Amino acid sequence: MPEAVRELTFAQAVREALAEEMRRDERVCILGEDVAEAGTPFKVLSGLVEEFGKERVLDTPISEAGFTGLAVGAAMTGIRPVVDIMFGDFITLTMDQMVNQAAKVHYMSGGKWKVPMVMRTTLGATRRSAAQHSQSLHAWFSHVPGLKVILPSTPYDAKGLLKTAIRDENPCVFFEDKMMYKLRGPVPEEEYTIPLGKADVKRAGRDITIVATSSMVQVALGAATLLEESGISAEVIDPRTTWPLDEKTLIESAKKTSRAIVVDEGYVRYGVTAEIAAVISAGAFYNLDAPVKRIGAMHVPIPFSPPLEDLTVPTENVVFEAARELCAHA
Amino acid sequence: MTATTYRTGADARISVEQWIRMYRRMVSIRRFEEQVNELYTRALMPGLAHLYIGEEAVAVGICEALRSDDYITSTHRGHGHCLAKGASPDRMFAELLGKEAGYCRGKGGSMHIADPATGNLGANAIVAGSMGIATGAAFSAKRLRTNRVVVCFFGEGALGQGVLYEVMNLAQLWKLPVIYVCENNLYNEYTHYSETTAGDILARATAFGLSAESVDGQDVRLVHEAAARLVEASRQGKGPAFLMCKTYRYHGHHVGDINREYYRSKQEEQGWKTERDPIQRLRDWLIKENLTDAASLDRIDSEAKTEIEKAVEFALAAPYPKPGEVDQDVYA
Ligand SMILES: Cc1ncc(C[n+]2csc(CCOP(=O)(O)OP(=O)(O)O)c2C)c(N)n1
Repeated sequence: MPEAVRELTFAQAVREALAEEMRRDERVCILGEDVAEAGTPFKVLSGLVEEFGKERVLDTPISEAGFTGLAVGAAMTGIRPVVDIMFGDFITLTMDQMVNQAAKVHYMSGGKWKVPMVMRTTLGATRRSAAQHSQSLHAWFSHVPGLKVILPSTPYDAKGLLKTAIRDENPCVFFEDKMMYKLRGPVPEEEYTIPLGKADVKRAGRDITIVATSSMVQVALGAATLLEESGISAEVIDPRTTWPLDEKTLIESAKKTSRAIVVDEGYVRYGVTAEIAAVISAGAFYNLDAPVKRIGAMHVPIPFSPPLEDLTVPTENVVFEAARELCAHA
Repeated sequence: MTATTYRTGADARISVEQWIRMYRRMVSIRRFEEQVNELYTRALMPGLAHLYIGEEAVAVGICEALRSDDYITSTHRGHGHCLAKGASPDRMFAELLGKEAGYCRGKGGSMHIADPATGNLGANAIVAGSMGIATGAAFSAKRLRTNRVVVCFFGEGALGQGVLYEVMNLAQLWKLPVIYVCENNLYNEYTHYSETTAGDILARATAFGLSAESVDGQDVRLVHEAAARLVEASRQGKGPAFLMCKTYRYHGHHVGDINREYYRSKQEEQGWKTERDPIQRLRDWLIKENLTDAASLDRIDSEAKTEIEKAVEFALAAPYPKPGEVDQDVYA
């Protein structure tokens, strides 16, 4: 990267991606609750309605199923909607529209109809918001053929991946960790996009592979720093999309290091960590010195009480300890 | 009824004691919410809270028409409902602070107060999230012949959710004892409801055959009169009803919503506070009708203040749950 690269917050990067795509393509519009003047409760969209007007930045009623379904139909017929679901917990209300409609239309029509839409939503706990505003449900959509699922971990990735998603011909779901909106990072002024299905090595290492998604990438990087102090060199890889999944990069890394941990803020059971661990176990089987370790949210609804909530999410220390234990395996 | 003073017309069956109780409840809720705001401002409360200040007459007028074993469901803006149904402020505050002594052992927080002892099926942070639950409780009441009635509180924003129309249809088909109470405080978060709500709200209920009416939610006498009538009818097997209470929240959507002028003016807020305050209105009426005097009401005010202050102290001093609590109660 060139030297004095400009820094943006994660929220600014998302907004800039939307603004650029809306300037580039008149068909792109935004639909959601309090997206216009309010710019969403997280203020991610502030300023867009001023530039693009209320015809392209539309405040909806609190009707997630309705406006998501509308977006599916609009996408099929010439609009490129970006739907805003305020909290990831509310994707449950859109499930039929996304799973039975958006994900199926292209296949069921023998490839005749397309659904080029994006759903943006959030994930992540520790905001003291309790069980209905803290979940990380991205595994649900990752389970469904026909949907693409994107989990950016830096402002740079957020911008590049969102632009690609908007240009994609398929329904894409874009998960933003609400605790990352203020995270700063370099984002060049020049136009760029990032392909879906391409993992990124966030830190190179020799002794252990830590695969991490979304805000867990920061946790993994923190753990890698701790590990370095104890003489363990960790490689941190961010798949960036759970589907399509860059299996090759994950497997190659695990083959090289012979040990792997997968960290994701969703639930472990039947979750993203299960899939990625299976991919690595199968692909790097003969090179592994230890079983692949999975770390995710504790298998409980997220509690409100801060000391309890903090126990439910993976931390640097948990990842650090797990890595040390794995490295103790001969 | 024990009192000797009866009013005429709408107030005919209400004793002075009841009006005083409603006054006390409204004042308590207001003091409670002021303390919540204070706790937030002083960074003593984790997360956010949605204050009920300005809307007190709705919860109080309606819950006064309920038996203690009747059920309610509540919303993200639920402290007033829970208190009006009989929750005690100390355990409420404890919950808001995430303490073990809270109604939900600290696991629920501000948006999820639940208490079987007072018939509170739970506050819900999903808009329209409790409509199925309320209707299901009415199904039980009918099936088990408990003669209970259920009140489902929700904001006008929830009119956007399809589930409301599904359950109103069911409730009417099966004549279930549930009252859908729409608290229309004019705003869905930061958007005026006229921008999100087409057509005639009451007609949405009457289309399914529910009896539906609208009432000034800043007048506890009118709210109570309507609620008492609808609850009684429902209890007698007449089926569900829909009551829209026109009201206003004085504060932001939540405690952190401070700069609001982009969606509503200070002038509008001031108008509601000075001209239509539900507590002041009841107070003025009670004095004008000679049902009590200012000194007695002042005494209630200061008792409420003390009670709430004590409750906050209790909650602040209370311990957090032990770590082992975290995986308890996932399954029954
Ligand atoms: C299904 C769902 N969508 C969106 C939200 C986010 N949200 C929380 S409160 C709210 C506005 C609710 O407005 P209203 O029902 O009128 O209640 P009020 O806040 O005015 O009391 C929204 C959109 C949510 N909690 N649940």
